[in-house]
Amino acid sequence: MDYSQFLYMTEELSLLLVILLVFLADLFLCREPKEGEQLEPSAKSPIAWVVLCLFTVHTLVNLLPCLNGSMEVTSAFGGMYQHSAMMTVVKSVLNVGTLVVFLMAGGWLSRPENQVKRGEFYLITLFTLLGMYLMISSGHFLMFFIGLEMASVPMAALVAFDKYRYESAEAGAKFVLLAIFSSGLLLYGISLIYGATGTLYFDLIGAQLSSRSLMSLVGLTFFLSGMGFKISLVPFHLWTADTYQGAPTIVTSYLSVISKGSAAFVLFTVLTKAFGASDLASEWNRALFWIIIASITIANLFAIQQQNLKRFMAFSAISQAGYLVLGVMGGTAQGQTALVYYLLVYMVANLGAFAVINVIEQQSGKIRIDDYDGLYNTNPKLSFLMTLCLFSLAGIPPFAGMFSKFFIFMAAFNAGYQWLVLIALINTVLSLYYYLLIVKAMYIKKNESPIATFRSDNGTRAALVICTIGVVLFGIMGVCYSYIDSLSVL
Amino acid sequence: MNFLSIFVLIPVLMLLGLWLVKGQKGIRSVMVVGSSCLLVLSVVLTILFLQERAAGNTAEMLFTASLDWITPLHIKYAVGVDGISVAMLLLSSIIVFTGTFVSWNMNKEYFLWFTLLSAGVFGFFITIDMFAMFMFYEVALIPMYLLIGVWGTGPKEYAAMKLTLMLMGGSAFLMCGIFGIFYGAGAQTMNILDIAHQANGAHAIALAQQHIWFPLTFAGFGVLGALFPFHTWSPDGHASAPTAVSMLHAGVLMKLGGYGCFRIAMFLMPQAAQDLGWIFLILTGISVVYGAFSACVQTDLKYINAYSSVSHCGLVLFGILMINQVAATGAVLQMLSHGLTTALFFALIGMIYGRTHTRDIREMTGLMRIMPFLSVCYVIAGLANLGLPGFSGFVAEMTIFVGSFAQADTFHRVLTIAACTSIVITAVYILRLVGKILYGVCTDEHHLKLSDATWEERLAVICLVAAIAGLGVAPFWISSMIDGGVAPIVNHITAYAADLSLNPFM
Repeated sequence: MDYSQFLYMTEELSLLLVILLVFLADLFLCREPKEGEQLEPSAKSPIAWVVLCLFTVHTLVNLLPCLNGSMEVTSAFGGMYQHSAMMTVVKSVLNVGTLVVFLMAGGWLSRPENQVKRGEFYLITLFTLLGMYLMISSGHFLMFFIGLEMASVPMAALVAFDKYRYESAEAGAKFVLLAIFSSGLLLYGISLIYGATGTLYFDLIGAQLSSRSLMSLVGLTFFLSGMGFKISLVPFHLWTADTYQGAPTIVTSYLSVISKGSAAFVLFTVLTKAFGASDLASEWNRALFWIIIASITIANLFAIQQQNLKRFMAFSAISQAGYLVLGVMGGTAQGQTALVYYLLVYMVANLGAFAVINVIEQQSGKIRIDDYDGLYNTNPKLSFLMTLCLFSLAGIPPFAGMFSKFFIFMAAFNAGYQWLVLIALINTVLSLYYYLLIVKAMYIKKNESPIATFRSDNGTRAALVICTIGVVLFGIMGVCYSYIDSLSVL
Repeated sequence: MNFLSIFVLIPVLMLLGLWLVKGQKGIRSVMVVGSSCLLVLSVVLTILFLQERAAGNTAEMLFTASLDWITPLHIKYAVGVDGISVAMLLLSSIIVFTGTFVSWNMNKEYFLWFTLLSAGVFGFFITIDMFAMFMFYEVALIPMYLLIGVWGTGPKEYAAMKLTLMLMGGSAFLMCGIFGIFYGAGAQTMNILDIAHQANGAHAIALAQQHIWFPLTFAGFGVLGALFPFHTWSPDGHASAPTAVSMLHAGVLMKLGGYGCFRIAMFLMPQAAQDLGWIFLILTGISVVYGAFSACVQTDLKYINAYSSVSHCGLVLFGILMINQVAATGAVLQMLSHGLTTALFFALIGMIYGRTHTRDIREMTGLMRIMPFLSVCYVIAGLANLGLPGFSGFVAEMTIFVGSFAQADTFHRVLTIAACTSIVITAVYILRLVGKILYGVCTDEHHLKLSDATWEERLAVICLVAAIAGLGVAPFWISSMIDGGVAPIVNHITAYAADLSLNPFM
């Protein structure tokens, strides 16, 4: 075997290196409590610094050659592993998101019960990220499936990370059961496709599949349901609200952005490559058409009624996933650009909102919308940043969210789905309503016992700075979109 | 960078300044300096514009510039002004200037949102790229939520939410319409002039597509222009908003709707505008009459004025839908005139409310003796509103109705006559109102102790009265400038043959 092929997998190798170094660092830097010793909450954590530094270096090392334009399209292992500049950009987007999550996590990890698990948190998160990398770069269904499993099994451990909390353990159980079930569906779909074509390479499948064979249609259906679960699209969304609510807030934010975003990009790749034949394409477009309408509308209707902010964000994330998948419609290059751009913008806005939710939960333990009444009077800066992020999520200019919505709607419109776009647009009004409910709570409503004034920790501040810069600048600077567009090829 | 961009740059700098300064004095000075700069800039722009026109420059848009923004989608930051936008910029800067003085005692956050709103308004009027226009349009809408929700009065939360959601619903249709225009015209340019004149890769939009996207776009802008039946946000919103926000909203923001209907919906889809304009003409005819009647039965000063705005803004859409030059010129004059009078009205109502703490006309009487300055100005505003010669309202409404009557067919004639009745009804409610609250003997002893306007209030009111009177006495400078801006658009629309069979009333 030619081991030099591994050298094509630069991103995966460098992430693996980070993981190994963190493993070693974890051995020496994390202190176990002695028998009977009570740990004090402590903000000092050398391991966090190690992880942040290593991970930043990893992000930059991989992104910079790509920005230079010196990236070539390569593949390894006979095409099982694909590599293109667009994939690097998506991975870098995920990297930035993970970095923000790590920054936010400081306060939560410094709690006494989590101090011993600090290193584990970083490691497990990085492993899921490695799985997503493999998924994004796959050119073969087996590779894809390995990546998917690698991303979802450690994710269940993350969801149940607060294992002493009943809700967290319950959420973990729910997640792992449904994840395995959906993986089973997906695998069955893949096996049917293998039966229909005799190969698992995306390119070869694409040349052979057609809607004439019932087997390939059933395979497509199972594949779509499996992916629908990962992206949490209606009607495969039922796990989302409970899991998001039960999981630690940090993990929820990671789930809602990173995990979802990578799955949406992979959905695009696989659908256009493996199911790109024109008669099959019309089938999955028709399916996605209804899935999107259902996801956006039902999630919006449910989000309006939520009182728990994490449940609320869960439904908001489902409807945002619906918008994200609009970029898949028609499978155009414009759609791909719009999808990646939407992912980028959605990521900063959603993580910014979660950073505020998380820091407030850590400081005061409050997580309901009516707890936020009068927040502006006590914590004006946090409320203001939360407002920016919510406006961006709702698609209000001059924040980036409006640009990403405009572009993704434009792509779907250009692909010929005008009425779908109109329905989605009407839904943005609904979503504006519930985002404004939080703004209203913070600014307008009065509260006799508001959340006390506090100073957030430095990690959260840094995360919020990154998110705010993203929310304000990614839209106005047209160069972001243009750059992604220059890489987008089918 | 074109000097028109300064109109957006100044509010952005003001935002920065407001963020940095401390204390009420600092806030006031930033606001006064910034809004004065805007006022001076718009006057300078008007002079430059007139000079350029006098020098024989007949280009449709002057001072155009274009900057690549989002290249793959052909989105540019393109600016340019014609007679209509210069008039609108002038109006906006007057309202922002006076609004600053009217909200003299407000705090920093209020002014931040207020300035953001004005940035959106100015941006909307200077840009000629559909995406940039849409962006600025939405920038102007969203601060309303917080401005009304936090600093408003009455059922403010309900009003703010209703207003925001209805306007955003309108902009959802609008966005769809913009996509339709962009892709219908060949997906090569977002520039309005290019699409209209089929330059730079744009081709004519197919008739079938125009018939779909015209109603969407027109209704989208129409929501902001208080088109019946989408006007219901307007009375609630205006009544609950703080004074300067009502001024800016009724005075300028509602004009965004009319301007957009004319500049985007009708200009870019000329055939559909002629074929389907009748639907909206009927709706807007209803707004005109219905708004006036509704104003008659209200007892809250702000509600009266809000319904009066629905009626007068209806006339704006009515004028442009007549698709002839005189009526359209009148419509733009009406935008100006209504903007100024309604701003004056809302300013005065705010000042009176600030003293009496009631807006119910049944609880006020004989204010003329107590606050003579405010009352006299209130009478002036009322007279200007009902179209007394010598004030701007007369010039505008006269031009609209003369132009409308020039359409010789029964359908347009009947509608024109119906809309004309609004003049009489306006007189009814204005005179009743003035008689009720200003004259007579004051019976409420609390009201007897009230004081007249302070200097900053006087300054704001005098500015507005001067502008109204100026426009009424010497309208020709402005009206010839507007006429020059309207002519190419109307000629462009009428150059296409209309399909009259789509109108069942013809």
